[in-house]
Amino acid sequence: MQEGMVKRASELLADGTVVRVLGWKNGEFVYDPTPAVFESAEALSDFVYNDFCASNLSKYLVALSKKEGKTLVFLKPCDSYSFNQLLTEHRVDREKVYIIGIPCDGKVDESKLRTQGAEGVTGIATDGDIITVSTLYGDVQLKKADVIAERCVTCKSKKVVAYDEMMGENGEVNSNCGRFDQVAELEAMTPDERFAFWRNELSKCIRCNACRNICPACTCEQCVFDNPKSGISQKAAADSFEENMFHIIRAFHVAGRCTDCGECSRVCPQHIPLHLLNRKFIKEMNECYGEYQAGAEAGSRAPLVNFTKEDCEPSIVYTKEASK
Amino acid sequence: MRRIGVFVCHCGTNIASTVDVKAVAETLGKEPAVVFATDYPYMCSEAGQNIIKEAIKEHKLEGVVVCSCSPRMHEATFRKAVAAAGLNSYMLEVANIREQCSWIHKNKEEGTAKAIVLGRAAIAKVQLNAPLTAGESPVVKRALVIGGGIAGIQTALDIAEAGYPVDIVEKEPTIGGKMTQIDKTFPTLDCSSCILTPKMVECAQNENITIYSYSEVEAVTGFVGNFSVKIRRKKRYVDETKCTGCGICTEKCPVKNVPSAYDLGLKNHRAIYIPFAQAIPNVAVIDADYCNKLTKGKCGICSKFCSAGAINYEQEDQIVEEKYGAIIAATGYNPISLEGYDEYAYSQSKDVVTSLEFERILKADGPTEGHLERLSDGKQPKTIVFVQCVGSRQSADAAHGGCGKEYCSKICCMYTAKHAMYCREKYPDTDVYVFYIDVRTPGKNYDEFYRRAVEQYGVHYIKGMVGKVAPQADGSLMVQASDLLSNEQLHIKADMVVLAAAIEPNKSARPLATMLTASMDTNDFFTEAHAKLRPVESPTAGVFLSGVCQGPKDIPETVSQASAAAAKALGLLAKDKLSCNPCVAHSDEMMCNGCSSCANVCPYGAITYSDKEFRGPNRTTLIRRVASVNAAVCQGCGACTVACPSGAMDLKGFSTSQIMAEVDAICK
Repeated sequence: MQEGMVKRASELLADGTVVRVLGWKNGEFVYDPTPAVFESAEALSDFVYNDFCASNLSKYLVALSKKEGKTLVFLKPCDSYSFNQLLTEHRVDREKVYIIGIPCDGKVDESKLRTQGAEGVTGIATDGDIITVSTLYGDVQLKKADVIAERCVTCKSKKVVAYDEMMGENGEVNSNCGRFDQVAELEAMTPDERFAFWRNELSKCIRCNACRNICPACTCEQCVFDNPKSGISQKAAADSFEENMFHIIRAFHVAGRCTDCGECSRVCPQHIPLHLLNRKFIKEMNECYGEYQAGAEAGSRAPLVNFTKEDCEPSIVYTKEASK
Repeated sequence: MRRIGVFVCHCGTNIASTVDVKAVAETLGKEPAVVFATDYPYMCSEAGQNIIKEAIKEHKLEGVVVCSCSPRMHEATFRKAVAAAGLNSYMLEVANIREQCSWIHKNKEEGTAKAIVLGRAAIAKVQLNAPLTAGESPVVKRALVIGGGIAGIQTALDIAEAGYPVDIVEKEPTIGGKMTQIDKTFPTLDCSSCILTPKMVECAQNENITIYSYSEVEAVTGFVGNFSVKIRRKKRYVDETKCTGCGICTEKCPVKNVPSAYDLGLKNHRAIYIPFAQAIPNVAVIDADYCNKLTKGKCGICSKFCSAGAINYEQEDQIVEEKYGAIIAATGYNPISLEGYDEYAYSQSKDVVTSLEFERILKADGPTEGHLERLSDGKQPKTIVFVQCVGSRQSADAAHGGCGKEYCSKICCMYTAKHAMYCREKYPDTDVYVFYIDVRTPGKNYDEFYRRAVEQYGVHYIKGMVGKVAPQADGSLMVQASDLLSNEQLHIKADMVVLAAAIEPNKSARPLATMLTASMDTNDFFTEAHAKLRPVESPTAGVFLSGVCQGPKDIPETVSQASAAAAKALGLLAKDKLSCNPCVAHSDEMMCNGCSSCANVCPYGAITYSDKEFRGPNRTTLIRRVASVNAAVCQGCGACTVACPSGAMDLKGFSTSQIMAEVDAICK
């Protein structure tokens, strides 16, 4: 895959279709490749693509599409939903992006490798369902299904929804992915239990802002948390609950716009399952206003910023709440 | 910190009986910014206003808080008073301590505490108020009447008479509405057509009136004084400009089995038809579901016989776009479906009819050419039973499939008396029974009319309801009923049963209300701006209500209301400019992302986007897509402010910081 991508990128650079390539290169460790921009065929020697390349590249296009010339980007299914959402919100210029869609059958979660006994990782090779992890202590063969990230286990779609060309075969939407099962479990809790669950999770937050910074829906010119006029900007929390509000405000902020790419949870150094907050909103909206997937189509109107005659009346929302 | 004055109103005893107004003034007087606080029996009176004016001058007030009734009542009064004393009129806040406090509390201690909190919130808000100036917007001097029944006709005629152009949109092929189907009108018994058709003709002839028949309102944008409306002119397959209404096509068309809507399906017409002789416009229309040419591609007879060449099988819907200053809803009513009332055997026997169907039987151009006959066998009925309140004054419970109406349909008592009298007058050998819950006949000459039916015409009025109507083998109808006054069960062998079906708003009213952003009640009647004092205006500025779309009413009342709505609309059209609400949205361009969420939710189309240049770091120029609000179009609803993901949209006069300050003051 990686060779094919580099070859095609070199061609497009050479024929002048694009002036830069957005992809991945190795990070400090082999298991954390980092998004990178390559502006020449020579630079592409650092280009990396493997099952560790989990990061969503779409958000980088907000800045890159403002630059001169076209940018080539490789988008996985998840990333392509984010891309469409950014298009919907006029945050990227479609004309200045050339997309190669790449299929994805799940990205490896490094912490799962560790629990499966692969430590000191130095390389990864995938062959169908089996991955071979090279480590400082020798090679380990693992079943891919056992080590992919949780968001990939409940993958909502293997379909790249925005591309100029596909590399390999495009996949399908998986409507029975079970991604709301965990939300349902939370819903089944008593309010006290649920409160305790979230207090426990959110109290781990060190407010590093990684979730906000990675989130493709968080592209405001000035974030409310950085704006002293907003009244909720970064400050020492007055009490232990105030800190928790950051995540709740953010979940409201991206409601209807979140494509459920799961980057927030991936980058959280404290392993807070932040995606569950977003999924709760998605589930709620699906139930009230019918199924809606943000980013499935560019230009679609999210239920919260749309009105149809079929929309449920507020009383239905109240009744739903009361029946719990 | 601004110098604030607080003025607490007693409103006689309205507020003072449940709120200790002196304590409120005294407590609020101790708030940090407050330099003057007082109370007065009637703040809205001349003397009360003078207290405010003098205090502004004497204490150099920069902000005013009036604790009184709802701002809907007297905000304008106090704004003027404040402005008269030299302050910007938007440096005023009204704390509603009447409707939202004294009227809903019984305990004086609680009421007082709440009034203080509401006052504090207003003080906190006025600290952040900014002086605002109202702009102006022009008024389009043209009105739109939606619905061409007697209500719409009267409204349109009155507006046109006053010299303003007015368009009528009617979804049927002809204007006239329900009144065209009725035979005689109570209480004077003049012929409905004879009094209606001159008005219909006047509409057609008046130069100020344009009739869009067979048309529907498709979309409405804009606001008071400046609505933009898309009207869909449905294809009638006949060129309106060419058709002379000669009617030859309607005689030559070979398809004869099309149920006539005008005759409620009791009679058929051809596939090409003119609804009735006096139709306006007198233009034929093709029913595409029945026309051979349009369904099978073969025929074309009407086209061959049309000397005017008006037939056009290829005709398409047309969209007309027009601007209006005022819109009048006159969408009218329909009888309810009687599906849920099978105990009356409506679906089982042709001789059980609704009152409107009975009108058709009595009318000369109806299915029986005006002879009182049973629809089943053409025989003259000897015993007729009228049942009142079929679907009216019922709890909307499951017993009748939920189709019952809780309200009184208002017209049934009178038209039933009319029908009963007619039967006895023309056919004296007929026995007529009327079953009623109450007979309600208030109105000029109404009770006299009903008494005549009872006393002069010998109609049997029986207090009680019919339980069951059972069709018999001999073609008669066994009516089982209770007589509540003599407390006995009755069994009447009737030849005909007439059901006074409840009336309900036309089904087209709800989608229209959505387009107009006009509010409706639970029965889908349009809500008026004030039930007593603004009965013909919708709460949505520039939208007026005419006829039954606002609530059940008879013809005289409909016509009065139609003229009232016209008068209100004329008051608007006579103005050259309207002063705009300065409490409009505005975007902070430095924070705007250009995401279009605000434009998506704006019901008035007030938000546009443009690429603007911004100074970037290192002397660079950035081009960003940012929102701007057209202040003349914005109505200040605030939808954009909550839709904006980055908090760039804010509302003047109701800014986020003002609202947060109020909340903080309440929670303190």
